[in-house]
Order: sequence, then C-alpha cells, then structure tokens
Amino acid sequence: MAFEYAPAPESRAIVDLKSSYGLFIDGEFVDGTGTPFKSISPASEEVLAEVSEASEADVTKAVQAARRAFEKVWGPMPGRERAKYLYRIARIIAERSRELAVLESLDNGKPIKESRDVDIPLVSQWFFYYAGWADKLGYAGRGPDPQPLGVAGQVIPWNFPLMMLAWKIAPALAAGNTVVLKPAETTPLTALLFAEICQQADLPPGVVNIVTGAGATGQALVEHPDVDKVAFTGSTAVGRQIARSVAGTDKKLTLELGGKAANIVFADAPLDQAVEGIVGGIFFNQGHVCCAGSRLLVQESVYDEVLERLKRRMGTLRLGDPLDKNTDIGAINSAEQLARIRELSDVGDAEGAERWSAPCEIPDHGFWFAPTIFTGVTQAHRIAREEIFGPVLSVLTFRTPAEAVEKANNTPYGLSAGVWTEKGSRILSMAEQLRAGVVWANTFNKFDPTSPFGGYKESGYGREGGRHGLASYLKEHA
Amino acid sequence: MSRVEVRKTHKLYIGGAFPRSESGRTYEAVDAKGRFLANMAKASRKDGRDAVLAARKAFGGWSTRTPYNRGQILYRIAEVMEGRRDQLTTQLREAEGLSPKRTEAVVDAAVDRVVWYAGWADKYAQVLGNANPVSGPFFNLSSPEPTGVVAIVAPQGGGAGPRAADGQGPLLGLVSTVLPAITTGNTVVVVASEAHPIPAVTLAEIMATSDLPSGVVNLLTGSSAEIAPWLATHSDVNGLDLTGVDDPELARTLESDGAENLKRVRRPSDEDWLREPTLSRLEQWVETKTVWHPIGV
Repeated sequence: MAFEYAPAPESRAIVDLKSSYGLFIDGEFVDGTGTPFKSISPASEEVLAEVSEASEADVTKAVQAARRAFEKVWGPMPGRERAKYLYRIARIIAERSRELAVLESLDNGKPIKESRDVDIPLVSQWFFYYAGWADKLGYAGRGPDPQPLGVAGQVIPWNFPLMMLAWKIAPALAAGNTVVLKPAETTPLTALLFAEICQQADLPPGVVNIVTGAGATGQALVEHPDVDKVAFTGSTAVGRQIARSVAGTDKKLTLELGGKAANIVFADAPLDQAVEGIVGGIFFNQGHVCCAGSRLLVQESVYDEVLERLKRRMGTLRLGDPLDKNTDIGAINSAEQLARIRELSDVGDAEGAERWSAPCEIPDHGFWFAPTIFTGVTQAHRIAREEIFGPVLSVLTFRTPAEAVEKANNTPYGLSAGVWTEKGSRILSMAEQLRAGVVWANTFNKFDPTSPFGGYKESGYGREGGRHGLASYLKEHA
Repeated sequence: MSRVEVRKTHKLYIGGAFPRSESGRTYEAVDAKGRFLANMAKASRKDGRDAVLAARKAFGGWSTRTPYNRGQILYRIAEVMEGRRDQLTTQLREAEGLSPKRTEAVVDAAVDRVVWYAGWADKYAQVLGNANPVSGPFFNLSSPEPTGVVAIVAPQGGGAGPRAADGQGPLLGLVSTVLPAITTGNTVVVVASEAHPIPAVTLAEIMATSDLPSGVVNLLTGSSAEIAPWLATHSDVNGLDLTGVDDPELARTLESDGAENLKRVRRPSDEDWLREPTLSRLEQWVETKTVWHPIGV
C-alpha cells in the first residue's frame, strides 16, 4: 500500500513583493541607470520583480558612499559599537526568518525546508558570530591593533544568495570595512530585503551598499580603483579573470571557486548513513553547491550494495514546488544552468557512461532536472572532471586507500572531500592526504560560522568562517 | 712564487645535484666595483622546468616529515652556515662592497633567521590552526598544510631597489623568503639575486650538506626576467613569491599569468630584512584544512 503526500505549501503571503526594486546606495534605494532586468521564479517562470541594473557610474556612487562611510563613521567607530549593529542585524534576520526563507525559495528555487532550516538560520548565526569579533580584533592573529582594509567589493553567486551575502558582509563589517556587494542577477531579491533590514537596524548609510546587475556590474565593481579588497564566490573561470584584473594593484583578493569533490565510501562504512551522506552531498540544493560530493568513489567490494541502496533512496526523493514543505529537490536556478547540466549529462552518455535517473514527475513549467547518477565513469570522462553544478553524480570505484587518495586528488580543484569508514585511524590518514580545504568524515555539507571554509588549488584561496575568515578583512601584520 | 688559487665553477642546484645550465650559457658576476668574479650558470626555461619537477618530486616526502624533523634539518642548515660564516662574509663583501662590520651583521642575521624559522617548524600549526566550536555534535579542527611548490624571485640587491645599499638581498633576503616556505613543508624553486648570486650558490652547497632532502630547495642563477615567466605559467607551481621583482610591469604580468591555475601570489615588497619577521610569510604558503567528524556513540 502506497502512502501519498498531500500538498503542504508554505504560504507566500508573508512576502510583500514590490513590482520593482532599485539599488541600495548610501542608505537609500535609488534607481539604477542601467537597463532593468527581471528576476523570475525558476519553479514557475513567473516574473517576481523588475530590478535595477547598476551601471559603472552607479557602482562608482556606491564605492564613494562606502568610502565616505569607512572614513567618517564605520572605520572610526569603536568595535563594541559596530558589534551592536551586527547583533541587531542578526536578530532582525531571525525575526524575519520565515519571510526571508520564502523569498529565497521563490527567487532561487531551493526547497523551503532548506532555506528555512539551513540557509536563513546560518545567515543569522553568521552575523551573530562575527558581531562578537568586532571588539576583539586584537585576538584575530593580525597583531595587537589590526586595521581594516577599507572598502570591500564583493560578488556572490546564486546558489545560496543570502548565505553568501552573510559570509561576505558579516566578517567585513566586524573588521571595520564597508562594503559594496553585488548579488547574482538571477537571485537579487533577498539581498534587497537585507538592505531593508540594514535600514531597520539603523546601520549608518554607506556601510552596506547593494548593486544589482550581471557580469558587467560585477566587473565594474572589482575593477574599481577605490576598492581595497575583492571577495568573490563563483566559477573558477570568472575567478581567474578577477585574479588577472587585480594583478599589479594593491587590492587584496579572496576567491571561493568551483569544486569536484570526491565522496569516498569504504567497505566498512555504515552504509545507510553513507547513502544518506551521498544523497545529501550531491542532491542538497539541487547540486548547486561548489563543495558538492559530485564524484562518488566506492570501494569495489560494496559497490553493488551501495548502488542498490542509493537508487532505492533516490527513488523516494520528492521533486517539485520549492515552497512545499515535503519537497526534497527544488528547481534548477535558471534556464542557462539547466542547459549546462543537460549538455554535460549528454556528454556523459556520449562518452560511454551509463545514466540512471530517479523516476519522478517533472512539472510543466520551470526548470527541472531529475536526480541522476552515472555509473561506469572513468577519470578521463568530462563528467568526472568538470563541475556540473547540478543534481548529477558520477560513480567511480577503487580497491585500496592509496587508489582512493590518488583518484580523489586527481583534479585541479580542491574544495572539499568526504570519507566514510568506521576506522578512526583511516579517517585521519585519509583526511591528511586529501588535498582539499574541507574534509567531511562520516558527514557531508556541514557549515558553521566558526569553521573556516575554502579551497586548495583551483578552488580558490582565502578562507571564510572562523578567525581565518575575519583575518581576510584585516591588514597584514605591520 | 705564490700559490695559484683553485677556482670553483658556480652551478645551479636542482634536485640535490649541481648541474650547469642545460643551455650551456653563462654570465659574468662582478664585484661592487665591476670587476670579474666568476662565470655563473645562466638558467634557461628547461632548467626552470627541471627545477619544478624536482620540487614536485620532493614535496610528498618533505611535507610529510614530522614537524620536529623538519625543524632539526632547518636548524642543521644554520649550524653549517655558521661554520662557513667567513666564506659567506667574504663573498657578500666582495659582491656588495660593504664595510666588514656591516657585512658581518647581515651574515649573522641570515644565520639567526634560519634558526628563527627552524624553531617555528613544530609551532606554527598551533598558532595558525584552530579547534572550531561549531554549533552541533561535531569534532571540528582547522590546521595549516603546505601549499605545494612555491616559486620565489629572491630579493635582488646589487643596485636594484632602494635597500640595495644595505646589502641584505643576496643572502639575508634569500633565506628570509626561502625559509618560511620550506618550514611549512613546501618545496621551492628560487631565482637568486641576478647581480650577486655567489652567496646564494654557497647557501645551496650548505643546504646540500645539511640533510635537506634533494629537491626541497632548487636554486637557479640567471635572469629572473627570463626565467620567472616560465615559472609563473607553470601549472605545477602553486605559489609565486614576487618579492624580488623590481619591475612593476613584470610583476603585474607574472601575477596575471599566475592566475591561470590560481597560484597564490605574494606581491613585490621592499623590506628591511634585518627586522624580526612576522608570521606573514609562514601564513602565505599554507592552506587551511578543516576536518569535520560527528561526535556520537
């Protein structure tokens, strides 16, 4: 007998969507002088709002506002006072968390259970954590009286819109910098709601500025000569361009880029837990996760068993309305991203890997991709080398720990890795040998504001979270 | 009749051996007054690539030595340097034309700098790492790990840069850039001071007899403007230290080229090498690795 789920949609009445949104510069919403663009719901393709595009001149205004605020207000303000603003912001985010979660799921397409239980709580926590650092900077490892860098230009992606904003803005402000932040063009709405929260918190004008737009706006921001620090999260290709563009300047740079993480399952692993970890590792947020466990490495002796359990578990995943509380897999964020996922998956077929997708109904409107695994994948396959950034898992096998390490490290990326085994000494040995910035052992995709996150090799440099994340916004030792 | 001196052929230091440049080229090193001192090997692109290969080969072994062991080996470098203090002082004085007192101060500082870094080998992880109090039942630890192969353009000295008159670059600047990278387990390809490379070759000989494994430090003499671009574009180089690049346009190009594989880049700087260093250079060549594990029964 089969149990059916009744629809359980979260109400969107809590969100008061305006028909159009301006830029947030110097504490006010102003119209941009670029060409306005529309932000749509990827689950229904309905237009949610029209959003201003910041031109180069608008970006300059925002940087100037940030500079004034840095020199006159935020920089000179004692840390304990800055802290109170950040605590206020943390509290208001918690107070308005449901509204933020619903808006995030509407604009991004991620399931409400993720925005409600993961993204937004972490956003509030991130501000609360860094608030406490603001008057303790002398303990950040940058000498007794460390100085902020100045104006930070920050460009963030669409996969965790508000969470990435928090990762960028909270440490920057705690350290005494002011910011100009550009959210992704497909997910600008929660950043603009955050601007309202800054107003509610009475944050001094110019401390936080939000400029919306696409790549050109981002480029104008990172190339602006009066920006002291550039922080970017996104693709390795764009990260590379940014690294080139700041070459020869005095700008500090941190980059959090792509990944192709190995999730390694040993024969002695608790297999049900491992399967949960595999599913969470690649299908969390539709696989739009830079640290997603997109390469499954299974020890040969348990390959059949793991695959059988994995397919069975994938069969229970519910794909559909992101606002439905029972939804596991939401919408792909954009038509462009869906095309990219389809293209690389087709390459997987063409190169001889075997595709299997969980049986699920695909809605008529919006952008969707069923949870998919490829077996028979070799290290040379493009689906084993390139970041797909979608719900697509490539499965490989190994026999010995040494082979697992070699395969896991055989990538230009180095953001994260997973290890599943009951043997403690093996966990530590694997963790030591994996060239990745985050190693999840018997768990996956865990994040915390106290815990430094960031990559090796072409996954970028610098860390976000913890003391390390704070130090990225302070000057080097005098 | 007075005895005729036995002169030495100055060569490169790659993978623990002292080869001539594969290109067969040499250039003249001169003293402070422009008089001939020696023919130096003029490293080529191929020498640079051989050096990267040797550094990569040495990385696995060096980075997994215990920190205590790395510290002992680095301290041994200081011990052997101390024994060859007179040679280093003579060579540096000839090259830079400083007073004997000033030269001795620089050589002493170089030896002491090696001792300083040797002591850090088994300590920096405690200072740069953290136990992270995450809000959940997880063990969570961040620790520094070496970046990989680091290419260094060492401070030049000898007429380049405002501090050239101090005579710090060719030896003190060299150890102050190389030591922090190897202390944390990286392996290094370093381009020595072009104008005054002889103390650097002596340092290579010291390293070769200090139990430092082959390939951990590879030293090239020649034109940094010629060799550095090949290192900046090399995909098996993970870090690029441009401290000794005096030409801003070259520095910009090298940094930009390094972006191809997201090299960690340290920009040019003109430092007073006699000052006690900060942790900055140790921190420069490490990656923070964070390990999570659930806590439960």
